[in-house]
Amino acid sequence: MSGLRGMLGWAPHRPTPEEMSPEARDLLQHKRSPAERDRRKAAIKAEKQAPPAHRPVWRNRRWLSIALVNLMFVASFQFDIQLVEGALTASRFVGFHMADLNSALQVMLAYKTVVINLVIGTTTVLLMWLLLGGRSFCSWVCPYHLVAELAEMLHLKLGMRDHPMHRGMRTALWLVFSALAVITGYTVFETISPVGILSRALIYGGGVALVWVGALLLFEIFYTRRFWCRYACPIGLTYGLVGTVSPIKVAYDAEACLHEGECRQVCLVPHVLHMTRMGHNAEVKMDIGADCTRCGLCIDACPTGALKFRIKGLEARS
Amino acid sequence: MDADRRTLLRSLAAAALVVGVSMLGAIPIARGLVQRLRPPGALGEKEFLAACIKCGQCVQVCPVEAIVLADAWDGFGLGAPYVDARAQACDFSCDAVQCILACPSGALSHALNAKEQVRMGFARLDRPDLCLARLGQGFKGVAREVGLHRYSEVDRWNPIPIAKHPYDLPLCDLCVRECPIEGAIRLDPLGDDPLDPRRTPVVTDRCVGCGMCEMICPTEPAAIVIDLPKEAKA
Repeated sequence: MSGLRGMLGWAPHRPTPEEMSPEARDLLQHKRSPAERDRRKAAIKAEKQAPPAHRPVWRNRRWLSIALVNLMFVASFQFDIQLVEGALTASRFVGFHMADLNSALQVMLAYKTVVINLVIGTTTVLLMWLLLGGRSFCSWVCPYHLVAELAEMLHLKLGMRDHPMHRGMRTALWLVFSALAVITGYTVFETISPVGILSRALIYGGGVALVWVGALLLFEIFYTRRFWCRYACPIGLTYGLVGTVSPIKVAYDAEACLHEGECRQVCLVPHVLHMTRMGHNAEVKMDIGADCTRCGLCIDACPTGALKFRIKGLEARS
Repeated sequence: MDADRRTLLRSLAAAALVVGVSMLGAIPIARGLVQRLRPPGALGEKEFLAACIKCGQCVQVCPVEAIVLADAWDGFGLGAPYVDARAQACDFSCDAVQCILACPSGALSHALNAKEQVRMGFARLDRPDLCLARLGQGFKGVAREVGLHRYSEVDRWNPIPIAKHPYDLPLCDLCVRECPIEGAIRLDPLGDDPLDPRRTPVVTDRCVGCGMCEMICPTEPAAIVIDLPKEAKA
């Protein structure tokens, strides 16, 4: 459950030699041998001289997914085709109730009543993201994620200095907004949720609420890289909790890893990739923790194929 | 000051800012600036805003697009639906209460199943001095440039623009004529003289507050308007 602790804000834990599996220990020993060290250096040098063509395969698939899902909402209303009616906070997908877990939570805490349709919608969405990877909602569906990725590109391109925050902040905000819903009796978080604001703006037309989304993006460009998704969004934490038990994982194979750290540089939540540092992997093969959004940027970035998607229980036994 | 401490302080400040901005949403509510005619079946205002999941499914099913979602000026009411009756009233073109059926979170209460049970508000003659019926005047021409309405005699199934349906009335009775609820409003003689053409609109307790009379009223401003239920003004 170290993944869960990491998601809530604790710093990743480097395993002591005793906590490492014998295989991982042996591998580390092997990697530290002078011959292996030279081999790794040579491999990295060769890679730097002739960089492998970087194709953002998974990113492109994701962007397509975000565009399609949100366009489906837009088209359903604009052309009255009743495919998926509503917005990301709650909808009907060909008639079936769907409710965003965090929005439904806010409503139930504020309203203090369990609404049956909401329970149905929440259960459907819960099961869906349980299968699909939890925070994959963030990187494969959320429209704010897409614009935040563009803002991040700008942040990097402009060479802005990043001002990191404490990751425990998101846990604190999750608790604060839950408490505020109970105390005030209003869905306080929905007032600033860029996900709800953007989703509704796409479908029904935008308004001044978009100023808040713009302010967040400016903050991310000029001050803190990926501020909202990385440190603030309670929705991300809710789906992250779902992702703890999801079978879809990004899997790490220390044997193939050259420990260059390219994955951590592109990752939204680099703390989940702490095991890619040499000597930080408790096992030779490990799954990336729950906070991972299954976005695939690390898979695209990894020059040696040490990171791959896997579906637990579906791969061939080796 | 070490980096960890700086990060922590920065995070506290950012978190306070996020919560602070969200709580700005309390201001329009507390000041009573949010006075909205809610869609049919809406719970009392406070409960309604708590229960509404701000998804707009009610917007999508309304055949006259009477329902719109509030912007950030409504604070905690951001994304919640309302009806701007003067621009587009609910005329029950849907025959049932589709918005209620569409609501996934019970903010529009399923306890209702007929339009006669709705209580969105209550019509009131706000400007008797402007009312054409009270002046004994007729009405000829287009009542309003905006708004859709279903005229059963024109098209049983589809609402059309009011601007495409000119009238020629010896005495203006638009509010009574187009009211979708039977017996909710009637015209009574203004005086005892049977030859006096002047009439006054009388709203009965059957009025559901749909706003059709406010939308169709050809005077500017509308002589008849919708008052919100008392609990909404709390």
